[in-house]
Amino acid sequence: MSRHDIQVHINGRTQHATVEGRLTLSDFLRGVAGCTGVHVGCEHGVCGACTVIVDGAAVRSCLMLAVQADGTRITTVEGLADADGTLHPVQQALRDEYGLQCGFCTPGIVMTLAALTAGATRPEPAQVMNALSGHICRCTGYQGIRRAALRLCGIAPSSPEQAHG
Amino acid sequence: MKPAPFDYYAPTTVDEACQLLADAGGGATVLAGGQTLMPLLALRMSQPFILVDINRIDALKGVREDGGVTHIGPVTRQNQAIADATLNRVQPLIVQATRHVGHHQTRNRGTIGGSIALGEPAAELPATAVALGASVQLCSVRGTRTIRAEDFYLGPYATALESDELLTAIEVPQWAEGTLPLFREVAMRPGDFALVGLTGALTVRDGRIERAGIAWFGMGPTPIKARRVEAALLGQRIDGLDVQGLAELAVADTAPFDDLHATAEYRRTVGRYVFADALRDALALRKAA
Repeated sequence: MSRHDIQVHINGRTQHATVEGRLTLSDFLRGVAGCTGVHVGCEHGVCGACTVIVDGAAVRSCLMLAVQADGTRITTVEGLADADGTLHPVQQALRDEYGLQCGFCTPGIVMTLAALTAGATRPEPAQVMNALSGHICRCTGYQGIRRAALRLCGIAPSSPEQAHG
Repeated sequence: MKPAPFDYYAPTTVDEACQLLADAGGGATVLAGGQTLMPLLALRMSQPFILVDINRIDALKGVREDGGVTHIGPVTRQNQAIADATLNRVQPLIVQATRHVGHHQTRNRGTIGGSIALGEPAAELPATAVALGASVQLCSVRGTRTIRAEDFYLGPYATALESDELLTAIEVPQWAEGTLPLFREVAMRPGDFALVGLTGALTVRDGRIERAGIAWFGMGPTPIKARRVEAALLGQRIDGLDVQGLAELAVADTAPFDDLHATAEYRRTVGRYVFADALRDALALRKAA
């Protein structure tokens, strides 16, 4: 059983650690780095709750080893809001559009949307909807999440009252 | 749901990786994108003693053209392949097929070579490699060999890859400009395994079919090359095709099975429709051009 010294840049700070080869990135982020906003649902890549941004790309952190993240830059949901508590536009959109209920799947969805909207150009709605298919939410029925995603694509959604008839 | 202990190595060259695989005597597993292997480790369905991570081998990444052949490095990420300018120009079928592999988030890690080497019978890329007449390059301390994709797949998740071998390239012959892609996937939801999948290419010259490569996925224990319909299409005038008859021939080579999601007969029936629809669509595209 091998152990490895790693250095990972998480939400702007540098974390050094010695990890077992088999430690997943999700367990490392929660247990070692203290980022418990990384939610672990299925632990085998199906649910998307543990999604984080590694070197700019949204990936499932349960499907990476911590040792593979050596030298990378990682953003978790803790790294999005401003220090004064101002929410990231993705978080604000989900809040405004009632895009969450229990909140378990939310950090993963936030990270996927944050990665897709980080570039200079707005993503296409079809591209965002396709990416959302990588997440499972058992509460919302997805409609609030869809509205938030469309808002991030620059499409003004109908009000929730209208949408719920 | 935690992987069993293993020794982890991250070689930076192919030689180093091959030496690790040889020294392990069959006890090592190669980790590429990990989008299938990591769940198998978490579920302890796979418990290797040694994990050889090939993600730091730069020589295995990227796409290049060379003398009418497209070389795809196996550690090219699926989303990088989708965005790759060369692949979009010379192998649009591979780009189209890759869009259907897993989800956006898994395509950010998952690799072309990982999917090719795994041999999942319902996967898009193995069948696309078979349809296009691609070959795989396998490397070990014993040497390098190249075999055709259609000879590589032996059964579900069973390939000709030996335990000391590493997939080092996917070589895809280039088809004539204007070749028509045929791609259809029927699945319960986007990102799910295909119930029925068709992938292929047709080259039409002067109104006749000059070259055809067609394969099925999710229609048997391996990707299935639709040899009979390929042979029947060759030389045919596109304005007089018996589409129904060809669809019958197209499913004749398949060996679908019954499972929780669909019966074999359902898969064959859908297959006939899918083939006829894809063929009509592709040829209409050609007429409009």
